[in-house]
Amino acid sequence: MAVRIMKPVEVARYSIDKKPLFILDVRNEDAFTDWKIEGESIEYLNIPYFDLLDGVDKIKGELPADRDILVVCAKEGSSQMIAEMLSDEGMDVAYLEGGMKAWSEYLEPVKLGTLKSGGELYQFVRLGKGCLSYMVIDAGKAAVIDATRMTDVFLDFAKEKGATIEHVFDTHLHADHISGGRVIAEVTGATYYLPSQDAEEVVFDYHKLADGLRVTVGKTSVEAVFSPGHTSGSTSFVVDKAYLLTGDILFIDSIGRPDLAGMADDWVGDLRTTLYSRYEQLSEDLIVLPAHFMEMKEVNADGSVAKQLSTLFSENHGLQVEDENEFRVLVTENLPPQPNAYQEIRKTNMGVLTPDAETQREMEIGPNRCAVR
Amino acid sequence: MIETAHTLDAKGLACPMPIVRTRKAIQGLSPGDVLEVLATDKGSTADIKAWATSSGHAYLGTEIEGNVLHHFLKKDSALIEVKEEIPVMDLESFVRKVEEDRSLTIVDVREEQEYQEEHIPDALHIPLSEIESRMHELNKSEDIYLICQTGRRSGIAGIQLAENGFKNLYNVVPGMTEWTKQTKKGN
Repeated sequence: MAVRIMKPVEVARYSIDKKPLFILDVRNEDAFTDWKIEGESIEYLNIPYFDLLDGVDKIKGELPADRDILVVCAKEGSSQMIAEMLSDEGMDVAYLEGGMKAWSEYLEPVKLGTLKSGGELYQFVRLGKGCLSYMVIDAGKAAVIDATRMTDVFLDFAKEKGATIEHVFDTHLHADHISGGRVIAEVTGATYYLPSQDAEEVVFDYHKLADGLRVTVGKTSVEAVFSPGHTSGSTSFVVDKAYLLTGDILFIDSIGRPDLAGMADDWVGDLRTTLYSRYEQLSEDLIVLPAHFMEMKEVNADGSVAKQLSTLFSENHGLQVEDENEFRVLVTENLPPQPNAYQEIRKTNMGVLTPDAETQREMEIGPNRCAVR
Repeated sequence: MIETAHTLDAKGLACPMPIVRTRKAIQGLSPGDVLEVLATDKGSTADIKAWATSSGHAYLGTEIEGNVLHHFLKKDSALIEVKEEIPVMDLESFVRKVEEDRSLTIVDVREEQEYQEEHIPDALHIPLSEIESRMHELNKSEDIYLICQTGRRSGIAGIQLAENGFKNLYNVVPGMTEWTKQTKKGN
C-alpha cells in the first residue's frame, strides 16, 4: 500500500475540527513529552523510531483500524521510514510532511469578523506553538500585529487580498518566538512600532509606541493602550473599537508571566494594575484577542482564539484573585520553565543576534510557556 | 586522537540515518569498545543518548567542534548510568592553582606520544583507554585535575572516574593546546 503524505494544513483540520486521528509519534520520549500535535480527538502512541529498526511487528496490534493514522517525527525522515515499514506490512498510514518542524511553522488564517467600514480582521493561528498574529485589512491597506518569523505567509496573504501593509506592530519584545515584524516592515516599507521600554538594546530604527497612539488602516482605527506587566513596555491595541489585542498580558484562560526578562518581582505591580484597573476601564464588550493560547480547548469551533472581555472577567483564573499578595505569589512562584532559548530569542528580536534560518528554527523548538495559570 | 575502536562518519546525514548507521557500526565492535560518531544533525545528540539507553550501550558524551558533533558510545555497558559531566576548571585558574601548589594531582590522559612531546612537570600519565584499568592508582579522597589536549578526552575520563566513586574531579579546559607555562619532555 502506498504511503500517504499529509501536509500541516490537513493536520490542522483534524486539530480544529476535532476529527479522530491516531498519531504514531516516533521521536524520542523527551521530545514527545515536551510538545506534540494537540487535538481533542487525537490518540497517541510514542515509540522512538530507533526502537522499530528491527521491524514494526510489535506495534501493529496497537494501531487502530477505525481511524486515520499519522506517523510524526522531528523533521520527516524517520516518520517516512516507519510509515514505509508499516505500509510494507499492508497498513494504510500517512506521515507528516516536514515533521514537527513544519508543524511548528504552520499558520492557519482565521477570519474573525467584518469591520464597521467593511474591512476584515484575521487571526493567524500557529497551532504547533500557540502563537497568534493578526492582520487588519481595510480599503487596500493593512496592519500586522505580532507577526511570526514566517513572514511570507503575511506578505502573500496581504497580496492576495490586494492590500498594502503600512503598519507593523509588536505588542512587546517577544521572548518565546522570533518576530517577523522587522522583516515585514523592511520588505514593505511599513512603519514598525515597538514599545521603547522593551527596546533598550534594539539596534535598528523603529517607531516608538505610546499610550493613546492612534493609526488608521483604511477607515479602521487601531489605538494603543499602554498595558505593562509581561514586559515593562507591553502595549495592547483596540481595533475598530471592538477588539482588544492583549499581547501576552491576558490570555483566554490564564494571564501573562512577568518574569521573562528576569524581572518578575518588579513587574508584578504593573501586571496587577493593567489587569485589574486599566482593562476594567475599557468596554466590557471588547473581544479579547491574545498573542498566545495554551491548550486546544481555548480554540473556538471556527478555529479562532477569542472571547469577550466580560466573560474573561468572570471566568479567567488570573482575573479572580482579589488579594494582592495572593496575586504576587501566583505570578512569581511556581512559574513554568522558561521557553527554549528565550534570551537568544530576545536578543534576536532586538537585532543584537542575527542567527540563520536553521538556527532560528532550533531556537523556537518546543512549546510556548508565556502564561501562568 | 582519542582511543576509539571505530569512528563513524555520519556528517551531512539527516535523521534517521545517523542512528541507523550507528546501530550497524556498533554491531561490528566488541563489548567495551568505544565508538565515535561524527554527525552534523543537531537532533542526533538526544537521539543517540536515548537510543544508547534503550539498547544497552553507554552514552559517554558529546563534544562539539564547530558544526560537527562527536558522540562517544561504549558498547554493551547498560549498567553505566549516564552521568553529568564533571566540573570544568578554566586553564587560567588552573595555572594559578599549579603555581600555588606544586603537589597537585594532575592526570594527563593523552596518548603516549603526546605526553612524551611535552607535559606539565609532575603530571601523572594515564591514557584515556587505560583509565578504567588503572584508576586504582589514584586516590579517591584527593582533588584530581584531568587534562588532555582540548578538554574532550579529559571530560570523558572524568565521567568514567565519577562513575567509579571519584568525587573531587576537575576537567581543565582548554588543555595542553593553550598551556604556555613550564613543560617537560619524555617521562
